[in-house]
Amino acid sequence: MALSVPADVHAANRGGVLIGRLARSRELTLACVTIVMVTFVAIKAPSFLASTNLISVTALTAIIAIAAVGEALVIITKNIDLSVESTMGLVAFVVAIALKQQSLTVPEAWAIGIGLGLVLGMANGAVITIFQVPSIVATLGTLSIYRGLTYWVAAGHEINISDLPAGYTEAASQTFFGVPLFVLLAIAVVIVAGLALRYTVLGRQLYAVGSNAEAAATIGVRSRSTIFLAFALSGMLAGVAGVLWGIEFGQLYASSASGESLAVIAAVVVGGVSIAGGSGTVVGAAIGALFLGLINNALTVLQLPQEWLQVIYGAVILVAIVTDALVQMRAQRAKARSRLR
Amino acid sequence: MTQDLRTGSPQPDSSPAPIEASTGAAGRSGSVMNRVLGSLSAAARLEVFLIIILAFLVWWGAQLSPFFLTGSNFGFSIQAVMEISIMALAMTPIIITGEIDLSVESMVGLSSCVLGWLWMEGVPLQLGIPIVLLVGLLGGLFNGFVVTRWALPSLVVTLGTLALFRGLAHVVLGSTVVTNFPAEFRDFGFSYVPGTNIPWTLLAFLILAAVCCAVIHLTWIGRQVFAVGKNKDAARYSGVRVGTLKLALFAVSGLVAAFAGVILTSRTSTANPDNGLNMTLAVVTIAVLGGVDINGGKGTIPGVILAVFILATLKSALTQAGISTDYQNVAVGLLLIVSVITPLLARQFRILADRIRLGRWRHRLRRGRPARDPAAGEVVR
Repeated sequence: MALSVPADVHAANRGGVLIGRLARSRELTLACVTIVMVTFVAIKAPSFLASTNLISVTALTAIIAIAAVGEALVIITKNIDLSVESTMGLVAFVVAIALKQQSLTVPEAWAIGIGLGLVLGMANGAVITIFQVPSIVATLGTLSIYRGLTYWVAAGHEINISDLPAGYTEAASQTFFGVPLFVLLAIAVVIVAGLALRYTVLGRQLYAVGSNAEAAATIGVRSRSTIFLAFALSGMLAGVAGVLWGIEFGQLYASSASGESLAVIAAVVVGGVSIAGGSGTVVGAAIGALFLGLINNALTVLQLPQEWLQVIYGAVILVAIVTDALVQMRAQRAKARSRLR
Repeated sequence: MTQDLRTGSPQPDSSPAPIEASTGAAGRSGSVMNRVLGSLSAAARLEVFLIIILAFLVWWGAQLSPFFLTGSNFGFSIQAVMEISIMALAMTPIIITGEIDLSVESMVGLSSCVLGWLWMEGVPLQLGIPIVLLVGLLGGLFNGFVVTRWALPSLVVTLGTLALFRGLAHVVLGSTVVTNFPAEFRDFGFSYVPGTNIPWTLLAFLILAAVCCAVIHLTWIGRQVFAVGKNKDAARYSGVRVGTLKLALFAVSGLVAAFAGVILTSRTSTANPDNGLNMTLAVVTIAVLGGVDINGGKGTIPGVILAVFILATLKSALTQAGISTDYQNVAVGLLLIVSVITPLLARQFRILADRIRLGRWRHRLRRGRPARDPAAGEVVR
């Protein structure tokens, strides 16, 4: 049927197709929306662009973005990791305790934190792949188990900035050629994960498992080990995010990072990673985190009543996914129409 | 019927007979073993497993403290989980259809705040409570509408309304906290049926559970719920209005969450925007612990009711053992994972048992590998 379409129709359609493709590229649309929003807010409230404000908002955003990259890997395989927030909280607390007791140097504490994240992620992956437990249930369980472990480690105490080595928390506000260190780290994570997803066999296998597990198995993808790996990496990145969380806040409680799982998943979803698996990119997830972080900050800077913050936050998530669904519906309809023609 | 679908319950009397006759030695020597293994595999049913856990917890609690087995402890412990239990009843059919409603905890907060605000504004509770329930119904309808109108995953939609409803709760009440509710209202959440240790809220739960059980397991509505959960397309082709059904289920979930919000407000005598925070996970935990398959298509209300009692007993026993609430969640999380793993292991065991019953190598006669692990009943056929 495609052969019968005259060449000039193709030429006429090309412009439309290009625009359509741009509109369908979630990363690009979201980046444009973010830029428009930043411009708007910056005109309304110039303090939004003050470097201290930007550094503080991007530091937190970078933390969420790093966790969101890990979550995206898991969601691409059609699974979900609800335990991210508990992993972050536990890692942050363990690292801080280790530093407080001065038994470890800072790099060693980092290694412990990231290693602990990896182990927690592997535990998730093991329960899910060995026992074939649905990931939402398994990570719902580990969400409370890891949080409980944090209470156990904390034993009723909290960590103050004064407990940590001098200068340890300064990394949060340090910049390198004007770019905050956290942001550089997040960009590095996104680039590495993005390239690996796109150009390595393993990365393609994650998509294969997520879009059609049976077909993936038929062509020889070992879906269990692939999913295990996704959870291990998600745990590791949550570990990185946890270490950064400790640096950013300095003050830690056993309940630190509670509720962040939903922020991380929201970033991934707004960033265009389909919850049904098999599509989306880590760049999208990171932009999603940036978008939601900036919105949160913009609402504060614009001095909107604090109560409305979460209403708008929720509305933004809903609008983002509904718009996406509408765009995809229209794209599919257009495709069907062009096929009929 | 659903029981059979759910567990693929083996029928040791009828199905293996013809094969058994031809298996010779294994078949003859297996008559006693057959019966033992057959009853064992029947015992692997989830409800039986849940009753065993419950019995163990009761025994353990009784060892810990003489206070544990008293009626007042029962009333006290069960009262504390009533809000999440009532929401779990409405969550069950939603999960069975393959959806999920994460926003219930925020609806608890929103309804609590609306109730507090109305009371503060001088609206009598006889009028305020129906208004609050209406708010819940509308919130649920909104969830259902967005999910069904644009065919969106409910996990994502209700993640959005989780933030939205919580935000609205903050908007309604701001930073005020309403506590001056009348005594009659507080009594509903806080006191017992006169002369017994049964909290009024448990009575409400049991009535709702009975209604829910009847609707899910005895009526065409329940049939449709399971049909949609097993195979959405097949259900649609056989005339189930999938969208309408889901819309109704979400609406009911919102309504029930608002009711839970009223109960929580009454029990704690506080209307506060943070009411119900983190309850959703507990609600899902109860449903899953009660044997509802998170992937849809399977689940029973009796299982969920058992899970409610298990949760209440576990929490009470842990409290008797001197373990604080912070750590209790570890036990709940472990129980959740164990409760999911055990039926899977039990199924593996059943398959093994059936193989032994049929002669060790009988399963090799089946040509090729099945696409999925068969339930035990299918192996023997």
